[in-house]
Amino acid sequence: MRKNLNVIAAYSIMMGLIILVGIFQSWNIALSIFNLCLISAVMTMGANIQWGYAGLINFGIMGFTALGGLAAVLISVNPVQEAWSAGGTNILLSLFLIIGIILAVRFVLKKYQKSKIRNYIIAAIIISGIIIIRLVSEPGIEAIEEVNPARTGFLGGLGLPIIFSWIVGAFFAGGLAFVIGKVALGLRADYLAIATLLISEIVIAIIKHEDWLTRGVKNVIGLKRPAPYEVNLQETEWFINLVEKFNSGKLALISDLSERQAALNQFVIEGSSVFVKLCYSGLFLVVVIILLILTQKALYSPWGRMMRAIRDNEEAANAMGKNVVKQHLLIFVLGSAIVGIAGAMLVTQDGLFTPGSYRPLRYTFLIWVMVIVGGSGNNFGAILGGFVVWFLWIEAAPIGLYLVNLTTAGLEDTHFLKVHLIESVPYFRFLMMGIGLLLIMRYRPKGILPEKIEIK
Amino acid sequence: MDFLNALVLLLNYIFVPALAYGSQLAIGAIFVTLIYGILRFANFATGDMMSFGTMVAILFTWYFQSMGLTLGFLPTALLAIPFAILFMGLYMLIIDKFVFKYYRLNKSPPVQLAMVSIGVMFVTQAVVRIIIGPSDRRFFDGEKFLIKANEFKEMTGLNEGLAIKSTQVITIVVTIILVSTLFWFLNKTKTGKSMRAYSDNEDLALLSGIDPKKIVMITWMIAAILATIGGVLYGLDKSFKPFTYFNNMLPIFAAAIVGGIGNPFGAFLGGYVIAFSEILLTYAYKKFFMYVLPESMEPDGLIQLLSTDYKFAVSFSILVIVLLYRPSGIFKGKIL
Repeated sequence: MRKNLNVIAAYSIMMGLIILVGIFQSWNIALSIFNLCLISAVMTMGANIQWGYAGLINFGIMGFTALGGLAAVLISVNPVQEAWSAGGTNILLSLFLIIGIILAVRFVLKKYQKSKIRNYIIAAIIISGIIIIRLVSEPGIEAIEEVNPARTGFLGGLGLPIIFSWIVGAFFAGGLAFVIGKVALGLRADYLAIATLLISEIVIAIIKHEDWLTRGVKNVIGLKRPAPYEVNLQETEWFINLVEKFNSGKLALISDLSERQAALNQFVIEGSSVFVKLCYSGLFLVVVIILLILTQKALYSPWGRMMRAIRDNEEAANAMGKNVVKQHLLIFVLGSAIVGIAGAMLVTQDGLFTPGSYRPLRYTFLIWVMVIVGGSGNNFGAILGGFVVWFLWIEAAPIGLYLVNLTTAGLEDTHFLKVHLIESVPYFRFLMMGIGLLLIMRYRPKGILPEKIEIK
Repeated sequence: MDFLNALVLLLNYIFVPALAYGSQLAIGAIFVTLIYGILRFANFATGDMMSFGTMVAILFTWYFQSMGLTLGFLPTALLAIPFAILFMGLYMLIIDKFVFKYYRLNKSPPVQLAMVSIGVMFVTQAVVRIIIGPSDRRFFDGEKFLIKANEFKEMTGLNEGLAIKSTQVITIVVTIILVSTLFWFLNKTKTGKSMRAYSDNEDLALLSGIDPKKIVMITWMIAAILATIGGVLYGLDKSFKPFTYFNNMLPIFAAAIVGGIGNPFGAFLGGYVIAFSEILLTYAYKKFFMYVLPESMEPDGLIQLLSTDYKFAVSFSILVIVLLYRPSGIFKGKIL
């Protein structure tokens, strides 16, 4: 108990802050911050597995998040029958062609000795394959995108409950991570960082511009929800009764019957959105807790000890007979899969998929700030980092506004400096993140909750 | 005649724009490579440092314009560059003193320095946005075209026009002057040679009496010059928007690595490799083939290898391929 005191203290302060937001701003804001904190926590856990356990730099978090989001679309949206009949066969044929190319390349790689001729053959297979695929897929893609472009214009998904996408998102992200890992994990640390950053940009470019699959920048809106809709809740008997019970004290103060009804309606509307957010919080909390238990177990298992050994001294671990390359690949896939889950969760909560909103600053670098600030190598630290940094990211603008008002209190309201500063309040969050990261890196390089390994 | 038309077409839509864009990338790539070679970390604040320098240059441009000071047919921003470089150098030295120095003296691993540079990236981004705002700004003034498409058509009697923007010429001329001066400095002067020695082997350089403080300071000053000029040239040619500058960091990194990180000449060429491949692969060749091929063989489609949406993706794919087959870059890197 005693040695965990700082963990408990840090988490209580964090929850206290969120509750304060609930009291002073509104419970709606507090809960939406809390939900995104949970999602950020899942992302940081993924990044932390890679960086904290194994020392791998993955600056491609944005790409894996987006793939998770794509999974949510592909699982939950109803299939567009017309589009499938218009161009489905071409797309399926292209898919088989891609598999064929991969098999052919593998065959050549296995069958022939390493030589220049082999390289030429592989290049020829890939180039001719790409040309054939383009010829096959182009009419299909055009036909699909012409099917009711204002509303669909894409193939749609499977029409399953969106919760399944959390698992599928993990598989998508893990699959991409496997490919990237095979290719890039041999690189030096900073090269790996740059390579993953650029690969994630390629992923985003594909998601943005392959309209037949993702609807691209036209966005997919109105995804199914795992939680009830506010509108339905507001008409449900038991919910109204519940709200009435909760607010009976306040309602009793109002004597006029019609006014009381109006007040109740107001409470029901507010309550419904809070209730929906609570449903999400519950779902997300389950994911976070399951992942936390798994990652903690892994950290203290022989496997976790091996990972730390590899991280701290790769050559020694190699000499002890550990397969460093294989373990790196495994951990890269696992961490990215967790990020994929977070990506699917994010789209589930928003109910919409907007490929244009995936930007490296928000989805890669901010997550890294969370990991570093929270404490790399420590799961509790990583989760705390997700909470603290997201909280500050959201609350930076109000805090900035307060500070601006405080420092420019002597100036008139129309003074150009004051007006300019108040206009630029949203950018204080960048300043806060940057200074926070620099201070933590300098004075507490292991994060708020540093890694500590106890032998159990 | 048709052949000439086709040639002018390619010049107008591929060669000239790619040369200008490549020069802008090349300056940025040399900046990245210099920091990597001497200070030994991947600087993720590259794009934002460039946008900071450009911002200062824009502020000076506005100041000069308000005083009625212009350069005639040349953009006023050229006059602002030296002042902007001074501010940029000051900013970089301040950052180095308060941020990077500590890690350098502690001999921290490069990864940690890269993380720190992310912190600097956030701060610089905030400073730029707070001072000048996130919106798109054009600060070009003076004569816009050196040769207009119509004039060219009249002059030569060809169907295809060749338009050369003055910013493109300025970019190329400034790049040639800047880069040749830099290479002269690195290869011929004593300070330049000591910088290369420091980059090659730090301990040996220290043994032979090279002052690391001086090397670091000069590196930051050169970096300031490169960042400001590169940023201003890009801003003059296109426009200034902090977010675009941040994104430009990616092709710049690609150029630096393709050329072999740590090798300025490689970075210089890498810029052009990236720019030309981006434009060559995403250009629609339909019109070109219409001129070259006989009428019966005219193509139906656009003859575009990749849609322009994938412009960035092209350079990143090149980078990935280079990393796989020649991790040290096309021109062996790691020695300045």
